[in-house]
Amino acid sequence: MTALRITDLVFRWPRQAAVCLDIPSFELAAGERIFLHGPSGSGKSTLLGLLGGVALPQRGNIELLGTDITRLSGRARDRFRADHIGFLFQQFNLLPWLSAMDNVLLPCTFSTRRRERAGSAPRAEAERMLRHLDLDAASWDKPAGELSVGQQQRVAAARALIGRPEILIADEPTSALDAERQQVFIDLLLQESAAVGAALVFVSHDWRLAAHFDRSIALQEINAAAREVPA
Amino acid sequence: MKAVLRLAALSAWSRRLTLGLALVAIALAVTLLLAVERLRVDARQSFTQSVSGVDLVVGARTGSVQLMLYAVFHAGAASNNIGWDSYRTIATHPAVDWAVPLSLGDSHRGYPVLGTSADYFRLFRYGTAEGLRFVEGKPFAGVFEAVLGSEVARRLGYRQGDTITLNHGLGELGPAHGDKPFHVVGILAPTGTPVDRTVHVGLEAITALHLDWVGGAPMPGVTIPAEFVAKFDLQPKEITAALVGLKQRGDVFRMQRFVNQFRGEPLLAVLPGVALDELWQSVGMIERTLLAISALVVLIGLSGLAATLLAGLNERRRELAILRALGAGPAQIFLMLVAEGALVTTTGALLGLALLTLGSMPAAPWLLERFGVVLGTRLPGGEELALLGAVIATGLIASLVPGWRAWRMSLADGLTPKN
Repeated sequence: MTALRITDLVFRWPRQAAVCLDIPSFELAAGERIFLHGPSGSGKSTLLGLLGGVALPQRGNIELLGTDITRLSGRARDRFRADHIGFLFQQFNLLPWLSAMDNVLLPCTFSTRRRERAGSAPRAEAERMLRHLDLDAASWDKPAGELSVGQQQRVAAARALIGRPEILIADEPTSALDAERQQVFIDLLLQESAAVGAALVFVSHDWRLAAHFDRSIALQEINAAAREVPA
Repeated sequence: MKAVLRLAALSAWSRRLTLGLALVAIALAVTLLLAVERLRVDARQSFTQSVSGVDLVVGARTGSVQLMLYAVFHAGAASNNIGWDSYRTIATHPAVDWAVPLSLGDSHRGYPVLGTSADYFRLFRYGTAEGLRFVEGKPFAGVFEAVLGSEVARRLGYRQGDTITLNHGLGELGPAHGDKPFHVVGILAPTGTPVDRTVHVGLEAITALHLDWVGGAPMPGVTIPAEFVAKFDLQPKEITAALVGLKQRGDVFRMQRFVNQFRGEPLLAVLPGVALDELWQSVGMIERTLLAISALVVLIGLSGLAATLLAGLNERRRELAILRALGAGPAQIFLMLVAEGALVTTTGALLGLALLTLGSMPAAPWLLERFGVVLGTRLPGGEELALLGAVIATGLIASLVPGWRAWRMSLADGLTPKN
């Protein structure tokens, strides 16, 4: 089964003449880990919004795990996102007023499926993941806002991975880390997504990171709209 | 749903300082609103129960409101008096249980002087059925003895044993009855009724004061010193009004008709409860205005809350985007904001109620003593609960605005907040 299949997708922002995204075809196999290069302004955020089901294309289909989410209702798309996709953003990913532990457990409160897949005791699973991500137990119950950036990114990774979602979408997750920590974090992410069997879409503007992935694609290559109007 | 509400509560707690300020504003506004409402209800009650246990108030024929004004509130002047014979006829009517004569027209430093019988202290009732209580001394017995209402004694600093002189007429500048001073023999406890503002003397004292007077002025060339008044017949020829209690309340309309059709002179009998209600209609507008003003204060407090929530939204864009990524729908984001507003409003309303309840306990005796204002220290009644409900409902409506804004924002931002 494919993790993601896009066909004939056209998206244009309301009240704007120019087409933002025009992707005739794009596929991602289950468990595949790809690097998607997208400089800012390339429609990267828009694509992530479409994949997450918070925006709808004017035309075309987005099939995630065999379900065409463009045919789902808004509520069902929210549900689908909660059940099957883990998100990881640049920084300030966490709710600063929740403890690290509660942040990790958030997907389990929004999705029954994720809670069930996290095992009989989600907290034990969260502890296991945090320990595995090398976050010391003393910081588990601290408010997330008090953790260092590196610690926060690891907590965010644990949150994206808990309950074994089939798709993991990471949007510039290493941009706030220094080069050495970037390396460590990407290795960690690859290893963890492999462990839960998730397909990984790693979005970044930094080509140097591409080497770690099964496949590297530039958004401009698959986006016909970008070719028509040279940026 | 439960998870969203829990998150809303935790998120609100993290912004407790700014929300706390909005909450305090709401709590104070609600305290004001409830206090005004309570004072309004209590003022009405203490006003309409300025006399109780009195079946009829009898006076010369005039308007019922005017009769109440001078007979009960001792305000304004009677246009006419009742003859003593007419009073005796009514007082001895078989249906009448008791009658207390009232004679007005003199004053002491702006406070009205009431000439009455010593029975007044035994029979007068106010509130639900409370009688008069002496904090000092006892009812008058001699001619030149006076009993003071609590406000008169407190404001003018009189104690038992002090000597006072009365003035003729209701103004402070009326001709003096300086030749016949009175001894203060008793001081009454506060009642929150016109009794507090009244100087009580015997009916005979009023006659004695005016032995050497004619037509509202001292008789030229005639003075009758205080020590000689006992030689005169001090039974009054006229009184101003009378309070009447019946043996059976059922006789009240029959008795009223008897008085209104009295053959000797034109008289009027009114049912005090009905007349006081009528009178309240004309003065109660102030209270309704106060209530409207405090309702406006509550509205200002709630707009403050809506403004706080709206202002906070920009800083919370990322928080809302994270929740969206985790699977929260725009409806849940909306619910979060509305729940937060409802939480702050409800807490504020309950805090306001608690403030009023705790505050009114020590304040009530002080208010009664200092201002003659009765403030009940009771659990909230139906009206107050309805007001609280209205505040909470309005708060809920006010939070729909930030809720709607957050809904729009979360749809526009998607997973990546634009800031």
